[in-house]
Amino acid sequence: MDVTVVVDGWRLMGPGLAMTLLVSVSVMILGLGIGLLGGLTLLYGPRLMRLVVRGYVDFVRGTPLLVLIFLIFYGIPAVGIPVPNFVAAVISLGAFAGAQISELVRGGISSIPRGQTDAAMALGMTFWPRLTQVVIPQAVARTLPPLVNTTVEVVKGSSLVSLVSIVELTLATEQVVQRVQRPVPLYIAAALMYFVVNFIVSSGGRRLERRFAF
Amino acid sequence: MVTLELSIVALIVSVLIGIGVAYARLSPFRAVSGAATAYVEFVRNIPLLLIMFFVYFGLPVFQVTLTERLAAVLALSLYSGAYMTEIFRAGILAIGRGQVEAGQALGLTGFQISRTVVLPQAFRVVLPALGNQFISLIKDSSLAVAISVRELTYAAVRINDISWRIVEVYSVIAGMYLVVTYAVAFGLRGLEGALRKRS
Repeated sequence: MDVTVVVDGWRLMGPGLAMTLLVSVSVMILGLGIGLLGGLTLLYGPRLMRLVVRGYVDFVRGTPLLVLIFLIFYGIPAVGIPVPNFVAAVISLGAFAGAQISELVRGGISSIPRGQTDAAMALGMTFWPRLTQVVIPQAVARTLPPLVNTTVEVVKGSSLVSLVSIVELTLATEQVVQRVQRPVPLYIAAALMYFVVNFIVSSGGRRLERRFAF
Repeated sequence: MVTLELSIVALIVSVLIGIGVAYARLSPFRAVSGAATAYVEFVRNIPLLLIMFFVYFGLPVFQVTLTERLAAVLALSLYSGAYMTEIFRAGILAIGRGQVEAGQALGLTGFQISRTVVLPQAFRVVLPALGNQFISLIKDSSLAVAISVRELTYAAVRINDISWRIVEVYSVIAGMYLVVTYAVAFGLRGLEGALRKRS
């Protein structure tokens, strides 16, 4: 197999990889924000808000990510709001990550035994201190493993924004393939790059888990 | 309909891959279990889209040219097979060692034990996870649009080219996926209930 193609292709694939990382990081920040709000609303929100968030979460989890990306990417400009491509791509993946993380936050918090809340109440703690000092620190440890999975899903999902012409790793690889007509080494190189990124994510996640374990 | 066809065919193939590779992962031979583990870890950490491109654009280099649909099914099966492997491995491990020993005591061969004792019970254990994976497959089959298989998402893209009613079209398509995935989830819950009643 010819490795020189990959070395040549790196000029395009390197920036592609950087774009994949940039998209993934932005999406995770947005997703964590949405997920935290969404998860808390699902648990403690007023009834109407709860229904709205439930609808959002179920809708997003039931539709393919690609359809969601097309809907938001082409839908936002169609209703007359101009946004840059990158922002639209991040919003659509962020909506996906946000829905997943909402469920994780909800599950993590509700997995903490009721007695913990009762004990905090008995100590006279009000709602927010109870949540931020007692329940959430314990919930983090349980939410981390699935959160790492979601992060891996996001990195893989970021390949889909290549279909709305964001030049990330997959599209960059495509472009090199079209130019030099050597698909096999290039796709394998791209796959290895994704693998390494996700391997770092999951081993970093495991390290964090150890730190948060009580 | 092509969406359903892709998903169902890929489901069947990936279940077969899953059972096969799960046994390979549990194999006492280091080389076999190592290869199986490598397959699972590698595939689960790379995007499906890349696998699809590899199968569709990469395999012709080796003189293997597939139709779009076959390439999509193959890519979906390879991808989903890695997840199925983990599901079945967990299912097989969940069946008590005593069941295998009882089979051996009756003089069954290894294959007979797997087929008549372990797998039927494992299947019941993994059914919920299998259902989730099927739902993921239905959603993942939308990626076949990238290699221009004429499935549901492809239809949406084409309609948009003509009508430019983007929001409406994608909303309807999303609704169709929702209906299908919910129907599958609902049917599976019914199946699980029926199996539980029987046992």
